[in-house]
Amino acid sequence: MGLAVYSTRHVQAFLGSLGKLLRNPFSTFMTTLVIGLALSVPLALKIFVTNAGIATGGFANAIDLSVYFKQDVSLDTVNQLARNAGERPEVAEVKIVSSDEALKEFREYSGFGTALEVLQDNPLPHVLHVRPAPFGNSPAQLEALKRYFAAWPEVDMVQMDSEWVIRFNAILDLMRRVLAIAAAVLGLSVLAIIGNTIRLEILNRRAEIEVIKLVGGTNAFVRRPFLYTGMFYGLIGALLAWLVVTIAVNVLEGPVRMLAQLYGSRYVLRGPTDDDVMVLLATGLVLGWLGAWISSARHLRSIEPHA
Amino acid sequence: MIVFDRVSKRYRNGREALANVTFRIASGEMVFLTGRSGAGKSTVLKLIALLERPSRGAVTVNGKNTKSLRSGAIPAFRRNVGVVFQDHKLLVDRPVFDNVALPLVVAGTPLREIDRRVRAALDQVGLLGKERSLPLELSVGEQQRVGIARAVVSKPPLLIADEPTGNLDPALALEIMRLFKRFQDVGTTVIVATHDVHVVHEFSQRVIVLDSGAVQSGGDDTLPSIVASR
Repeated sequence: MGLAVYSTRHVQAFLGSLGKLLRNPFSTFMTTLVIGLALSVPLALKIFVTNAGIATGGFANAIDLSVYFKQDVSLDTVNQLARNAGERPEVAEVKIVSSDEALKEFREYSGFGTALEVLQDNPLPHVLHVRPAPFGNSPAQLEALKRYFAAWPEVDMVQMDSEWVIRFNAILDLMRRVLAIAAAVLGLSVLAIIGNTIRLEILNRRAEIEVIKLVGGTNAFVRRPFLYTGMFYGLIGALLAWLVVTIAVNVLEGPVRMLAQLYGSRYVLRGPTDDDVMVLLATGLVLGWLGAWISSARHLRSIEPHA
Repeated sequence: MIVFDRVSKRYRNGREALANVTFRIASGEMVFLTGRSGAGKSTVLKLIALLERPSRGAVTVNGKNTKSLRSGAIPAFRRNVGVVFQDHKLLVDRPVFDNVALPLVVAGTPLREIDRRVRAALDQVGLLGKERSLPLELSVGEQQRVGIARAVVSKPPLLIADEPTGNLDPALALEIMRLFKRFQDVGTTVIVATHDVHVVHEFSQRVIVLDSGAVQSGGDDTLPSIVASR
């Protein structure tokens, strides 16, 4: 078949399908709305995960291990061990707080100032504050670091001051999994919705399909307009999803900024990235085509002309 | 062009429409199929148009055995057969022009050519000027003629018609038959099923008479008589 004929047929199918959708604006809107709402959920989850990741990215700096030494360990030993620790790649910074400094801090902040004069000895131990390297933030890596310090015979105990951040990151990981599952489930829903809509359209156009087959229309010729219809549904649904999520982001932007400011942050809610939008539109298109293809392959076969 | 070799057709409900039918139609012939209602005329036409396949025997059209034809080859087969039904089978949601143009659109004919050919076909059936009308705005006879225009617009080598003049007055019926004759004059093989005896007598063409699913007369004269009646 020549290229001219091939492209003519595609243009005809493209325009024909578009025209039909526009001639029934209400029912088109209802179908694309359902698709749009289904697609908006994974998009919203993605934005949530992205924003939460950015928001807590700075918290990596807040993670701190405190290494408490036993009472009789000398400061020289502590310094030596601190130097060893500092050389490890997963350690970003080691700060030494000697027992004298610790007592001084305690005196200043606790309000027990004068009562502490009574003590003969300094009961506080030397402490190392260890900041892990940015890349060594996973719960597993932090656990390994904790064990490393705890293995020293001179060490009394190791404390992780910011376990809540680690827990938050674990929750974020879980959210990413939820996102993947939601995307798969809703993707299947969109396939089913489009498949069903196309099925109904095929039933409605039964007489036309019979006549087309009678005068010698191939299966590809009959199928083409339905494939374009499916793609339009998918694409318009994706655009609606984008619209819904953008509106939601705009509505939430103000309160999020306010909340961040109350916590002393200049954090701002980020909407979908260009990549996010591209993936969304492409997904809509592909799901639309696929749903239409599956449905038409099944239902067109059974329609044959009869006398 | 068309060979029926001991063809039998039994429908799913058990009705045996044809029994051991044999005949041969040469390319460029015009043949009338006659017989009472239920004799099997429509079934013969359906088998030729590949709307049904034979239960037994072989139907060969233009060298192709319809029983063994792959489903992928059916569209091309159908494009070479113009079919006129008793019920016009027009698409009522679009104008006459679109209905008649459908075989050409399916075949990928360029737009300008479609325009020319559709008007020519409508002219032949006497409906030039009705391109923009919707089928339901036309009389039954006019609808029938649109169906005929659609069947001939792509100039297929084979034209089959099932009671094409059933809804037409005698004058118009003769006019339409003359039209079919003109198609045959330019080489089209024409097979018309009808029980309009006037029309059959007017045109002294070959007549195959069917009765209760078997050929009574008019089957190929050169084949030994293997016709069996029920």
